[in-house]
Amino acid sequence: MQNKIISKQDLVSFVNNLIKEKAAEEIVGVKASDGKYAFGELANASELCLDYDVTLLPPKKYFLPQKETVLKFKLGAKPSVEPVADAKSIIIIGVHPYDIKAIELCDAVYTSTNPDPNYLLKRNKATIIGVDCLNPNPKAFCPSLGTAIVESGFDLMLTDIGDSYVVAVGTGNGDKLLNKYAKTKAATDSELAQRDNQRRQALGKYKVSLNMPSSEVPGLLEASWDSPVFKEKSETCLSCGSCVMVCPTCVCFDVQDDIALTLDKGERYRQWDACMLVDFAKVATGENFRDDKEKRFRHRMYRKGMYLITRYEKPGCVGCGRCALACLAQIASPAETFNLLKEAS
Amino acid sequence: MVTQLTPKASLYLPRLAELTRVEPLAQKEKVFEFRLSDGKELGHKPGQFVEISLFGIGEAPISISSSPTKKGSFELAIRATGNVTNALHKLDKGATVGIRGPFGNGFPIDKFKNKDVLIVAGGIGLFPLRSLINYIRDNRADFGNLTVLFGCRAPVERLFCNELCTWGEYTDMEFLETVDTCDESWTGNVGVITTLFPKITFDPSNTYAVVVGPPIMYRFVIAECVKKGIPEDQIILSLERRMKCGVGKCGHCQINNVYVCQEGPVFTYAELKKLKEAV
Repeated sequence: MQNKIISKQDLVSFVNNLIKEKAAEEIVGVKASDGKYAFGELANASELCLDYDVTLLPPKKYFLPQKETVLKFKLGAKPSVEPVADAKSIIIIGVHPYDIKAIELCDAVYTSTNPDPNYLLKRNKATIIGVDCLNPNPKAFCPSLGTAIVESGFDLMLTDIGDSYVVAVGTGNGDKLLNKYAKTKAATDSELAQRDNQRRQALGKYKVSLNMPSSEVPGLLEASWDSPVFKEKSETCLSCGSCVMVCPTCVCFDVQDDIALTLDKGERYRQWDACMLVDFAKVATGENFRDDKEKRFRHRMYRKGMYLITRYEKPGCVGCGRCALACLAQIASPAETFNLLKEAS
Repeated sequence: MVTQLTPKASLYLPRLAELTRVEPLAQKEKVFEFRLSDGKELGHKPGQFVEISLFGIGEAPISISSSPTKKGSFELAIRATGNVTNALHKLDKGATVGIRGPFGNGFPIDKFKNKDVLIVAGGIGLFPLRSLINYIRDNRADFGNLTVLFGCRAPVERLFCNELCTWGEYTDMEFLETVDTCDESWTGNVGVITTLFPKITFDPSNTYAVVVGPPIMYRFVIAECVKKGIPEDQIILSLERRMKCGVGKCGHCQINNVYVCQEGPVFTYAELKKLKEAV
């Protein structure tokens, strides 16, 4: 992989060039607000914050929006219906490695079978500029899952080495952007050594870890179906769905119709849904196949630690810690549950 | 980058279909016949389902009640129980709906070839099984003995009554039915569906049992089939789930690592035994 160096000042110019020259229809990046971080549209490079711990929502929202129209229909004597799928070209700046891993999982879900037109249209128009996470949040456990450092899945990947960034060029698209909009130079061996050192130091800053190799988690879960841990952990669950709403690998949705006030037209949209909500597995006759919070809690843990992995051969949890940060009952961290199950096994 | 794929714009786009006939079946059940507006056949297998759209109300997964041997149109038998199905029950002939699918695996009819088939239908479990029964009758030489057991709670809840009568009269199949409770006007069998088992004989090793009904019925009927010696991979069941997308994405129909809309809704008992939270 080609590695270049861009000074911090030149990175500001690079981002401002992308915005000014409209390198894409939307330029988004991580912005700080009241001590929290969120991806949002950039009007100026000064808004961009590349030294952050975690964003409230993952960048998944650009490919699978919270709410998205999939159909428009006309009612009346001769109804008609047409698919809706639109996408703007987008450059997403400041994506952490664990979120890149999560996007790879979303890609697998939405493209491996029955490719999803709405997802793919957006995904194929996206450029991802990553940045290494050097100051992880206190709930993150990426190193245990192999998601702290990535070698692919990005167009460009930045690592802060003090006065400048090392830029790993992941794709031809990334290379073109650099050539056109940025001033860079080739990275020297000592600068690459600095990068490796930065990454190594960051690995030492994680406060949570799994007490087993992540490859053991699916087998552990397989053997733990009847474990009392799920009941104990889920007793204080509020069934609020927050853990799911902030998760970068949660991909489920609900489908609803919305009808215009004029009653002659409407649209069908999909929106994020959560298997932790009470009615998620309920059918029309009233039967609810996961009718208590223990079952729903266990289902989520199995999805993260086993189901997604065996189905798509990619990590179902990337260890970002968002669920644990969002959970009022402080029970959502998969690492905690997996570790408890391991201790009990 | 994602591999360049050309997804079908139609993944969530229903085809329009015209309602060509409605008939009441019971208090809350009607059968609807539809013809696709593009003039094409639905092209389904018995045991598959469609997503039916009432634009402005929503979409619901419904099993297909007619056999693929019926050409030009297809039938959905539907109980009025949710938003979409209640609105459907108010439609008249000539109305337009949306149809996506067929989805799901359907019954493994190729495996049934030259075997005896024992069909056990509980209540509206008859709806998907009617597709299979009529398919077997239309391809009668391909299959061995056909036995159909049907049970519902009361005589007033019997479905497709005319067809039940003719099934009873055919000499190339055996049909028995029962009701859980009744008044003196009912002269037939009374009791849960397993009370019909002692009345039939079959060679278990050569028989496929196809069972569709409410979850509570599965527990007792499966036990009966196993007791009679039908191998676990020859006991076939169909599961109900809230399939919102039908294409393995929305997550609502997931049981453990299985998406019922993709790998199901039809499973063998041998497969279901390994799934938790299935029934």
